[in-house]
Amino acid sequence: MDLDPALLARLQFAFTISFHIIFPSFTIGLAAYIATLLAIWLRTGVERYQLLARFWTKIFAVSFGMGVVSGIVLSYQFGTNWSRFAVVTGNVIGPAIGYEVLTAFFLEASFLGVLLFGWNRVPPWLSALSAAIVAFGTAMSAFWILSANGWMQTPAGYELRDGIAYPLDWLAIIFNPSFPYRFFHMLTASYLTTAFVVLAVGARYLVAGRYLDDGRTMVRMAVGMIVVLAPLQLFIGDQHGLNTLNHQPLKIAAMEGHWDGSEPGDFHIFAWPDEKTETNRFAISIPRGSSLILTHDPDGLFPGLKSVPPDLRPPVVPVFFAFRGMVGIGMLMILTGLIGAFLWWRGKLFATRWYLRLVQYGWWLGFVAVLCGWIVTETGRQPWVAYRILRTVDAISPVPGASVLATLILFVIVYGIIFTMGIYYINRLIVRGPQGSAIATPEIGTPSRPLGAAQAAASEAIEKGS
Amino acid sequence: MEWYLPVIWAALIGTAVALYVILDGFDLGIGILFPFAEADRERDQMIGSIAPFWDGNETWLVLGGGGLWVVFPRAYAVIMPALYLPVIVMLLGLIFRGVAFEFRTVAATSKKYWTFAFAGGSTLTAFCQGLILGGLIQGIKVENGVFAGGAFDFATPFAFVCGLGVVTGYALLGACWLTMKTEGAVAARARAHAKLLLIGVLVFTGIVSLWTPLAFPRIAERWFSRPNIFYLWPVPAITALTAYLAWRWLEAGREVRPFIAAIVLFMLGYVGLAISTAPYLVPPSVTLWDAAAAPASQVFMLLGTLPLLPIILIYTGLVYYLFRGKVREGEGYH
Repeated sequence: MDLDPALLARLQFAFTISFHIIFPSFTIGLAAYIATLLAIWLRTGVERYQLLARFWTKIFAVSFGMGVVSGIVLSYQFGTNWSRFAVVTGNVIGPAIGYEVLTAFFLEASFLGVLLFGWNRVPPWLSALSAAIVAFGTAMSAFWILSANGWMQTPAGYELRDGIAYPLDWLAIIFNPSFPYRFFHMLTASYLTTAFVVLAVGARYLVAGRYLDDGRTMVRMAVGMIVVLAPLQLFIGDQHGLNTLNHQPLKIAAMEGHWDGSEPGDFHIFAWPDEKTETNRFAISIPRGSSLILTHDPDGLFPGLKSVPPDLRPPVVPVFFAFRGMVGIGMLMILTGLIGAFLWWRGKLFATRWYLRLVQYGWWLGFVAVLCGWIVTETGRQPWVAYRILRTVDAISPVPGASVLATLILFVIVYGIIFTMGIYYINRLIVRGPQGSAIATPEIGTPSRPLGAAQAAASEAIEKGS
Repeated sequence: MEWYLPVIWAALIGTAVALYVILDGFDLGIGILFPFAEADRERDQMIGSIAPFWDGNETWLVLGGGGLWVVFPRAYAVIMPALYLPVIVMLLGLIFRGVAFEFRTVAATSKKYWTFAFAGGSTLTAFCQGLILGGLIQGIKVENGVFAGGAFDFATPFAFVCGLGVVTGYALLGACWLTMKTEGAVAARARAHAKLLLIGVLVFTGIVSLWTPLAFPRIAERWFSRPNIFYLWPVPAITALTAYLAWRWLEAGREVRPFIAAIVLFMLGYVGLAISTAPYLVPPSVTLWDAAAAPASQVFMLLGTLPLLPIILIYTGLVYYLFRGKVREGEGYH
């Protein structure tokens, strides 16, 4: 069997990073939500907000744990699987990863401990502050990682000597041309992802007739978030697209299925881009729609895929469809927000069963949109790993294909188990509901864990009874 | 400047790795000792003693790995492919160990599987770290700055012994931590384990200390040539003294001192290995100066690290202070 190490390394990285990004997409937003709930609790003194915060903190802990362990894998894979990439770009984007550890990971990890275990040990303000610090840490993490990713897409502030990038201007490197767009696009995506999970859980309680007050709070807060952020995300995404057209026109051409740059581009609602014939089959299109969106002129021209030889083009099909997946979900999100806000305004939000029934199944929307977005931007950068600096096939480690294949299989098995059980346990926490943490018997002087104490008391009672 | 920067960085990253080994060492040690607990309540108590800290402790590993890439990219790009399999298996071990913290508390009937995952993941992680250590000490084949060996070059009897040594050492740290942080049956058993493990650690330290100079002339040269031997003889002498004190303190029922002695033992072993391999990051060919990143990158990273590292140490200390004191049996989780 002939194993292609480059292909296997790409498959492995695609798998591990796709798995990883699911969790930060959720926890960046969820940390901010928990901090918000605790801030409201501090201000109003309404106990329900603390209960809600503690409920979501449990779910956060499970998700964050999976995000941490799958993230550590990535920081080592740059070396195990992409050692040439590590050498070529290390001088320039290495520090972004270093600063991510120093300004984000330590903050998150340390203060999450305080948030999880400190309820009966620290004053309320310190719990709330810890939640805020965790939220800040997750956002800082996004800042640095998107700066590094932005540089791989739109490199700036460097010079090449013997094929290796050397830094010239750190501000230009960190705030590279596409970074601000990526950062706000991803941050907003995370908040939306979380809002849809919160909306789904709240709606689920309302439909089931359980935890009505908690459910209403969740639905209200989520709808408020979505109606503002979903349209904003459309605007940010559009700006991001215009930035990409400037710096990576071929990615745009693949997103739009635009082959011939000498003609205005149609917007294809559906098509099957055929890389062999360099045409789109089965196209249903809005004539000149792409030109209008991208150049704000129906006659505007933008580069097509045929402007470069086939080996310099990104794979068109995955970019094309992932883009449609992302935009389609985005539209659905805007619609969800608008309908929810309208119902809220009419005072019928909690009485409209069909709306609640539908949105309780919408928890996955953000995750899939985020995955689609990353497929667009990462696949659209190909055949480069660092745009016009280093090709992906030249970036791999001198490792035999069999090693990569064996570990890929292990990753699939292990992540499969972890993911299945993680989802199962999160669902169990949701079923158990926010009131599960209400059976608190505060203890003082030891790392007090109310739930554990209650469980211990229960098991003691059982033992005595038997 | 170009000469000093990599030295400063080697010291900083060396410190990060040392902190990792100590801090996650006792976490992993508790996983290694998990199978020897009598009941699930005891295991809850054991895991409860590290639950608020483990995530921060593990972050030092990210700093070690990330820092190696940032500052010594050419070493990172050789070590990771050369030790590909133990590194990835270690990561898989860390995954099972890491998620087990949360999963164990949420699980009901499946709790026993996550108990097993916690113990197995911790032991596997420790063993792979030993393999990585052994693989580094014995040297990596490098041609034109690129790893040029095979996938199983690391798999030697020496690396295997290092793997067992690290498992034993982490278990010692874990047992001493439990002696300090718990009470009742768990603490008593930990104390008994710690004595056995102390002997085990001394045996492995002895084997590695004899094996390395016999098998690797460069290491014999480093330790036994003049005048080095006059400066270096205190390292084994202090090790022997520390081990003796650790034993006495364990016998005397001290709670904090055995843990400190275990840390000192680890640090002495660490210093010994550093003496054996310096100035090579990848023995026997790549020195820290060969592997270093562009000076501008090292300076840029240093400017942030110098203020940030003390801040991190302060709030890490704060978290340990917040959760000071003993964890009692029956105290579960958040």
